[in-house]
Amino acid sequence: MSGYIEAQLIILCLSVIYAYAIFLPAASGQLNLGAAGFITLGAYTSGWLNASDGLGLPMALSIVLSMAFVGAIGFAISLPILRTRGVYMVLATFAFAEVVSGIAINMEFLGGAAGMPVDAHAPVEIVVGAAIAVVLFCFFFMSTRLGLALRSIHDDESVSVLFGVDVRTAKVVAFTVGGMLAGLGGAIYGHHYNYVEAQTFNVLLSIYILLYVLLGGTQTAWGPLVGAAFFTVLPEIFRQFATELGSDWLADSRFIFFGMFIVLMMVVRPEGVVTRTMQDRCAGFLSGRRTRAAPAGE
Amino acid sequence: MAGNVLAIAGLHKSFGGLKVIDDVSFDVVRGSRTALIGPNGAGKTTIFNLLTGVYPVDAGTVVLAGSDITDIPSKDRVIHGMSRSFQNIRLMPHLSTIENVMLGQHARAHSLGDLLFPLGLVSKNKWRAEAEAALQNAGLDTYPGEVVANLPYGVQKRIEVVRAMISRPQLLLLDEPAAGLNDVETRQLQELLEKVSESGVTVLVVEHDMHFVRNLCNHVVVLNFGRKIFEGSPEEVHRSPVVLEAYLGTDEAGPADGGASAS
Repeated sequence: MSGYIEAQLIILCLSVIYAYAIFLPAASGQLNLGAAGFITLGAYTSGWLNASDGLGLPMALSIVLSMAFVGAIGFAISLPILRTRGVYMVLATFAFAEVVSGIAINMEFLGGAAGMPVDAHAPVEIVVGAAIAVVLFCFFFMSTRLGLALRSIHDDESVSVLFGVDVRTAKVVAFTVGGMLAGLGGAIYGHHYNYVEAQTFNVLLSIYILLYVLLGGTQTAWGPLVGAAFFTVLPEIFRQFATELGSDWLADSRFIFFGMFIVLMMVVRPEGVVTRTMQDRCAGFLSGRRTRAAPAGE
Repeated sequence: MAGNVLAIAGLHKSFGGLKVIDDVSFDVVRGSRTALIGPNGAGKTTIFNLLTGVYPVDAGTVVLAGSDITDIPSKDRVIHGMSRSFQNIRLMPHLSTIENVMLGQHARAHSLGDLLFPLGLVSKNKWRAEAEAALQNAGLDTYPGEVVANLPYGVQKRIEVVRAMISRPQLLLLDEPAAGLNDVETRQLQELLEKVSESGVTVLVVEHDMHFVRNLCNHVVVLNFGRKIFEGSPEEVHRSPVVLEAYLGTDEAGPADGGASAS
């Protein structure tokens, strides 16, 4: 594998992990713009647990413990944050990420603004393995009755309640597990690049991750995978294309086209690239069956 | 008769200065098919929302199968045996038919194992089998994998009934089940509700279509301006001058047969 392809693969895998972290709450209609905060927590926690001047734990244990820690933080902040809705939840989660970033930058034992070197290295196999595990876990999670409850809450919260769904608990679980996955993503990031710096995990990252999820679609577990893949690979393809044409202007202005593409997507497919109906049609096409049954007795 | 499945006593509800339910009391006999009728704005849907805990009551008690459920949370009422359908269809539009029905089983999935069972991955499981059987029983087995938003209106209405029934209620609340249905769909719905009733479930239905009410129900409670004005058999209601006056403001004719006569 060439260095370039490997570097792109790493970015894709990390994007996929981040996207699923935000997808779980989004599947029940909660918009989390605080991905960067959870990622920062995961990256620093695992780095510090693993560091020789920290606790000196093995990398695997550091990653697992950092996930548990970030999950606990996610659980704690979900209680007040889940009292907010819509744009206020976006603001609250954004504020959380800013607070985390501010704390990380001002902690001298974490390297402050200069960042923190991370000892143990996670090779590409671990990064890819973690991404695959996260994808499989999320497909499993969304197929459970809890996943069904989350999707019901997304569609109609008050009716879900009438059928016995404990909406608050379901949302807290989604937010907490999502936080754990973001923590995993952060930990893997730190161990792969062997360096973490709070400024890397800024609001732009949070916005991109939320975009992966919303543009990919929140109705099925395929959404974040397609969204992350699409929006990680597309700008790169565009850059390659512009370079081959020899146009510096085109290469430099690719984000203009990227931005226009996002606007276009919102107009054409407001519910995301992958919708439930589209998934059914694809499944029907692949299995060669008709998906639209004739109305019986009508 | 085996007693009452529902006993409502002295129910009051106001929104601001507006009294929408004013001292309403009535019982629903176990196994009966009771209709709650009244002109628009009489408070019928509000009663349903009070029964299901969507709104808290201002005063009064609601007793379901011997348990006082007046103050218990909405999500726990289904466990006590109450389930409902809605005036405007409120299926989950992005879920398939079978998933909507399986949502109705949620209150019966108590353990962590039940909550984390991969319903969507394991094609043979007791929950899915039960939901498929319920759909088949209702004549809706053509559509298990279809996203409900793509289905005809009358089919969606019946799926709502199946979803409510699979929670195994003692009392099924139906809010204008026949509204917007054509004759064929109304007949199909009526057949389904007769099956429901024969299975021993008590039905309380809010409905404007008096023809539908007379075909289905054996007891009628009439509301007007938030008060109970009459209670009796469909025939008695049809002859009652109080009811006629409430609907038409005159004593010359009863609630018209068929259609939205109360509008």
